Amino acid sequence: MAKNKQKAKNRGDAPALGFVGFLRWIWTQLTSMPTALFLLLMLAVAAVPGSIFPQRSVNPELVTQYLDQHPVAGPWLDRFQMFEVYSSAWFSAIYILLFISLVGCITPRIKKHAKALRTPPPRTPAKLERLPQYHSMEVMEDQPDTPTDDQLIDDAYKILKKRGYRVERRDDATGRSVSAERGYTREIGNLLFHISLLGILATAGLGQAYGYGGQRVVVEGETFVNSLVSYDSFSPGSNFSADNLQGYSVKLDKFDILFDRDSKDYFGQPLDFTAHVQVRENPDAEPVKQELKVNHPLRIDGADVYLVGNGYAPVVTVRDGEGNVSYSGPLVSVPQDSVYTSLMVIKVPDAKPEQLGFQGFLLPTALVGEDNVAFSGDPNAINPQLQLNSYYGDLGLNSGEPQNVYVLDTEKMTELNSRNLDAGGIVLGAGDTYELPDNLGSITFDDLKRYIALDVNYDPGKWPIAIFSGLALLGLIISMFTPRRRVWVKLKNEDGRRSIEYALLARGEDPRLERESDELQKIFDKAWPLASQEQDLGAVNG
Amino acid sequence: MGSNAALEPINETLGVYSQLFMLLAAMVYMVVFIFFALDLAKTNKSISEMDAAALKEDEKLLVSAGAVARPGRGRRGEDSRADNVGEHIVTDKMEYTKLSSSRKMARIAVVLMCLATALHGFAVFARAFAANRVPWGNMYEFMSTGALVVSVVYLVALFFKDLRFMGSFISGLVTLMLCGATIGFPTPVGHLVPALQSPWIVIHVSIAVFASALFAISFAMNVLQLMQHARMKRIAEGQPDKMPFMRVVPGAGALENFAYRLNTIGFAMWTFTVIAGAIWAEAAWGRYWGWDPKEVWSFVIWVVYAGYLHARATGGWTGPRSAWLSIIGFLCVVFNFTIVNIFFNGLHSYAGV
Repeated sequence: MAKNKQKAKNRGDAPALGFVGFLRWIWTQLTSMPTALFLLLMLAVAAVPGSIFPQRSVNPELVTQYLDQHPVAGPWLDRFQMFEVYSSAWFSAIYILLFISLVGCITPRIKKHAKALRTPPPRTPAKLERLPQYHSMEVMEDQPDTPTDDQLIDDAYKILKKRGYRVERRDDATGRSVSAERGYTREIGNLLFHISLLGILATAGLGQAYGYGGQRVVVEGETFVNSLVSYDSFSPGSNFSADNLQGYSVKLDKFDILFDRDSKDYFGQPLDFTAHVQVRENPDAEPVKQELKVNHPLRIDGADVYLVGNGYAPVVTVRDGEGNVSYSGPLVSVPQDSVYTSLMVIKVPDAKPEQLGFQGFLLPTALVGEDNVAFSGDPNAINPQLQLNSYYGDLGLNSGEPQNVYVLDTEKMTELNSRNLDAGGIVLGAGDTYELPDNLGSITFDDLKRYIALDVNYDPGKWPIAIFSGLALLGLIISMFTPRRRVWVKLKNEDGRRSIEYALLARGEDPRLERESDELQKIFDKAWPLASQEQDLGAVNG
Repeated sequence: MGSNAALEPINETLGVYSQLFMLLAAMVYMVVFIFFALDLAKTNKSISEMDAAALKEDEKLLVSAGAVARPGRGRRGEDSRADNVGEHIVTDKMEYTKLSSSRKMARIAVVLMCLATALHGFAVFARAFAANRVPWGNMYEFMSTGALVVSVVYLVALFFKDLRFMGSFISGLVTLMLCGATIGFPTPVGHLVPALQSPWIVIHVSIAVFASALFAISFAMNVLQLMQHARMKRIAEGQPDKMPFMRVVPGAGALENFAYRLNTIGFAMWTFTVIAGAIWAEAAWGRYWGWDPKEVWSFVIWVVYAGYLHARATGGWTGPRSAWLSIIGFLCVVFNFTIVNIFFNGLHSYAGV
């Protein structure tokens, strides 16, 4: 068996080893550096499609849109998980293999380094002059302060120790010497970096499993209570339980936007969004006034609330053909451009005798252009106006299929008001009421409010990830900028002529090795009476 | 709402001066580029002359002393080959042995480059003062400030190492970036959009720009390394040296080592950029990582450079192979900065286009 393995190693391909041997071979291959390098580069390549194709995790609507637009390629891309690249089988396979390879690589290194930390610096080589940084200096014997052998070795020991080297006296057949090594933290930093990467991966998964995320739109005057029913959309982690929802509430008093009014070039561009809110940490707590801004989330008890969008919410009242109020309240409109020309849809399923539907635009500052078409001239509500078409018939809400609240399905409805009909479109200024044709009802534009879109996020993995990232960076810096080097100082005695030899050896990249050698030279010159004559073999290039 | 009470007003006059100086700087950089190119052309010529002189001298020696007197340098072929690889002009520590004093064109180029950088620096700072904020809030500013960082890093590096052989690359790159900024993305000075109003813009973007500048410089070295490698291979095969000016350029090994050191620092900075970006993303968008196209490409860059470091440090991939990885890494940086900013639809769309 052992012989077989040896043979296999020599050939470098899969041998007939039996199951265990085969596993061992796989393991050796997986944990080898070329494999790790290959996986690393694969990971880079595999990440790219996620930036080209829309991702379900980022924006599911864009994926649906893409599938509609590419009826042939779309489903194929979907089959290859191109719309969920980062949770796909192939992407996961690459990074899981990479991390297994990483574990296989660092485990023996940890063992090895733990041993190195307990081992004295290596024996002094017999021929120091073969090392890259080598110097030899003769000791002048006739000086009053000429040191003895013991003194020389003691001094060298102290000097190197002071410079942060781990030192060991040696006395063997080739003579007396001091061997020294420094920079053990380099490997520790390197290991810390890699272990921290494992930590990041592990906690990212855990954080997602126990966390949750949700969206909610809040109109001025409304209160958002953190419970499952009050979310517009909610995505819990796999191990999430509703008991984890913190019972806070956020009331939106007022939402202010500051637009640029000074600049010619950027007139009307938003400069600041501020939501004035009242936060209750729990149902019994006193409300606390706070400001919610972009880049300044509300941090409540671990769950964070972010301001991610805003728009206008016109308040309308719709009366049906029988004179009853069948809808009254704010409606969220969707801004389409920088002047907040906003798309709006009103569905009134309770209207009788016919269900009513409206769709059209809110113009915050309505102006009429040369072609007689109204447009919005400013993002602020200076002259708000609703421009609507109306429909009656079946809204299609009873079919059981989920509907988009921002889209009116007019398939089973009849147009009542539009530019193309004699009745014309509905134009409502603030406070105006319009009577629908055929006594089907009326609509009133009561008021205009603003709304904000909130993202709520709870991710318990956040802090561990931050800590692991910090450790990774620390480890990286330590491992990159701590040189690991060995120094040997040797006392030579040839026919009564004593000389000091020293040599340096870098372990890993060490551009400053020569500078260290020069430093040592200076220190030795100061410590001992040394002849200036030297053989500077190491410094010669080529 | 008559004025923007919350923010200091924009000094538009200063903004206009900034744009003017940016153009001036771009023009001077172009002249710098020409002088650096002239330096290389002239070096080409003077090296040939030097070779001719050395040849004559050698022949004289051979005649007077006889071939036996110089056992180590007996065969002419070997000798001229050693000359050709540039050993006599620049050492592996990038120290020049001769020629450096005679490079008048390069000296003029460096002086002009200092002037251009001063103009450029004024333009960038004027813009910052005009808007009362850091000058990196849109594509125009990323490019013009990034170009300034490249230029300053290069000039500072000149104090320590004679990197004038890279002058035409650096001045060319800076000219290109300034032209790209002023022609491709002309943007009048203005306030930051709310999404960018965060202290993290100071940290995250500046370190990203710095790291990119380092990657750019080591990219140039790796390209030269490949050229040098190919040239030496040709010479070793006994073919004529088509690019004698490459003898002012250090050997492939020296370039590789120096580029590696820069890339190491660049990688640490990029790691910090990504972490700072994640912290900012958490505060702005509610998640520290969301595979936004910009995040994807930052990750790709990080992985490619990580691969490069492993390849070189432990994988034994030295020479051209590791150079290619570094070049791919920088191409990803450029892609992330241009194509992703402009064409990819994501949260980092502040290009002002």
